[in-house]
Amino acid sequence: MSDQASQNGPLLEVIELKKYFPIQRGFLKRTVGHVRAVDGVSFYVMEGETLGLVGESGCGKTTTGRSILRAIPPTSGRVLFSDPILGHVDVTTLDHDQLRQIRRSIRLIFQDPYASLNPRMTLLDIVGAPVRAMGIARGKQLEERVAQVLELVGLRPEYMRRYPHAFSGGQRQRIGIARALAPNPMFVVCDEPVSALDVSVQAQILNLLKDLQEQMGLTYLFIAHDLSVVAHISDRVAVMYVGKLVELASTAELFAHPKHPYTEALMSAIPRPDPTPREKRILLRGEVANPANPPSGCYFHPRCTYAKDICSAEEPAFEEVSQDHYVKCHFGKELSLAGAARMPL
Amino acid sequence: MPADDVLVTIKDLHTCFHLAEGVVRAVDGVDLEIRRGRTLGVVGESGCGKSVTALSLLRLVPVPGRIESGEILYYRTVRESAPSAMADVVNITALQPNSREMRDIRGNHISMVFQEPMTAMSPVRTVGRQIIEAITLHQKVGEAEARERAIDMLARVKMPEPEQTIDNYPFQLSGGMRQRAVIAMALCCHPSLLIADEPTTALDVTTEAQILDLMRVLQDDLGMAIMYITHNLGVIAEMAEEVAVMYLGKIVEQTDVHSIFFHPLHPYTQGLLASIPQLDDSIVRSDRRRRLQTISGMVPDPYSRLTGCTFHPRCPDMIAGVCDQVEPQVIEAEEGHFVRCHLYDS
Repeated sequence: MSDQASQNGPLLEVIELKKYFPIQRGFLKRTVGHVRAVDGVSFYVMEGETLGLVGESGCGKTTTGRSILRAIPPTSGRVLFSDPILGHVDVTTLDHDQLRQIRRSIRLIFQDPYASLNPRMTLLDIVGAPVRAMGIARGKQLEERVAQVLELVGLRPEYMRRYPHAFSGGQRQRIGIARALAPNPMFVVCDEPVSALDVSVQAQILNLLKDLQEQMGLTYLFIAHDLSVVAHISDRVAVMYVGKLVELASTAELFAHPKHPYTEALMSAIPRPDPTPREKRILLRGEVANPANPPSGCYFHPRCTYAKDICSAEEPAFEEVSQDHYVKCHFGKELSLAGAARMPL
Repeated sequence: MPADDVLVTIKDLHTCFHLAEGVVRAVDGVDLEIRRGRTLGVVGESGCGKSVTALSLLRLVPVPGRIESGEILYYRTVRESAPSAMADVVNITALQPNSREMRDIRGNHISMVFQEPMTAMSPVRTVGRQIIEAITLHQKVGEAEARERAIDMLARVKMPEPEQTIDNYPFQLSGGMRQRAVIAMALCCHPSLLIADEPTTALDVTTEAQILDLMRVLQDDLGMAIMYITHNLGVIAEMAEEVAVMYLGKIVEQTDVHSIFFHPLHPYTQGLLASIPQLDDSIVRSDRRRRLQTISGMVPDPYSRLTGCTFHPRCPDMIAGVCDQVEPQVIEAEEGHFVRCHLYDS
């Protein structure tokens, strides 16, 4: 593909991505059903921007992120990516060698800084592993590259021979970021990179991610369950509920004028660091639907305060209700919902 | 003599862990007062000693930890239902952890809700079995009566279909439901103090909102005091009336919830508040380069002992020659506003 196309189009485009995990029972491992972890998700990410992906546990946000790298093979759908070497490709159809190249361009940062680093490897081995595996550098050059990346994430290069146990949670997350950035990627899937950290450290890592984005021109898919963190770092935000996107808009638009009742409830539920009493928050009834046996129609209708008859009968479409604001709700155009802006008392 | 409404007084508590690598002073001189029917929020980052303070209160500090010095006084509530031979003021630190008196207090007068609802319950016994056990241990009631009380308690925590759920095993319940069951278990003997140690940290926001709401309703109904431990300042703002901020085993600031958020005095509290991303900003401002304020450096490793104020290496307002030399004492900077910082020395 020509460079022209990749510059104008989005860097990454996900089309109708699905991942069904089979539920197997009995001696013969008969498939008795499917968990629809990701069920027809479509979005795009422009070069240099950050797309936030929020949702509660089990909504499929991590599966979406991993499917993009094909760390989990998707059931169906397309993942189009503009790679500098391969050109405009569909990640789901790449062969083994091409996949190797793609994973140089698309990298992943994990949530748990304790579980994601091998305790028996030094920083040189951990951060250098992708560089070596992809044949980018070896020997002295490899060490130089690792030193460079460690410095970039705010760690001293002298620490190269140390093991992960010598580092705190925040420093470990920096190591994970260094590992992701070592092969000089374009696109980074950040899977809850700050959820395991304390607030003061969380702020340091969020700032670091922003600085790195600016310096290296990175594009992020930022997966998190914490809305305020997502709001801080993202240009646009996608809200996911039981395997489907329910709303997608620019950060300012989404938080000021949410159009989906689930988004409104999520925003209302966040505990705010402000003891001033606020209006009664929306308490959702019941629990998140089971993705193996989802309700009829709109998956959110059993918990929705605005639900009408049509909601249990028909599944709403994911429609553009205003410029770049997509909502999957029958009443997306009509409802007037409260955003996160604090009401003056 | 303390005021009438004091339930628990903690005086200069020191709880230490003697490990091969050195001594960890998890709780290093904590003074606290918990008043009847009120909610005290304890906030701090991981490793600041907030959980160990709670475990000391229940005498559940795991070995090799032990309470080195200090006093925990519990002003017992007189109850008609279960008269016991205990004095009205009980010094918890003087009791043996497995003594009859301590076992009578634990789970009965003071109970606790833990962070992980999965590990707080036994996986091999039904929810009902575990709640009934707590009731029959502390109250003179028969099995049938205890079961009825357990069902009643489950209904109070808004468990759907309590008559059926009581015979479920914990794995059959979702995270939120399990946390409701744990709360029911903690409240079944109508404690005067409920210690909640990050009870919603493992839950999703919408479930968290349900549980926080439930705890407030139950507090109104049952009138117990709550010691709410969390790292989340948002939850503190929702739940607490009084707030104690902990750093490295010490309380650095303590006052009512409004002053903590609108008029924090200690540089650590100020730093913590500034480092939370604010939702409102993201609507009003669209500046992509906006950064969060951070507290420089990190929490020092637990074996080191710092001279002077333990926060001085990270403090933006550090006074050389004072903060790194002299340990600050708690001062009442304003009425009811206690702070441990040299900036407010008169």
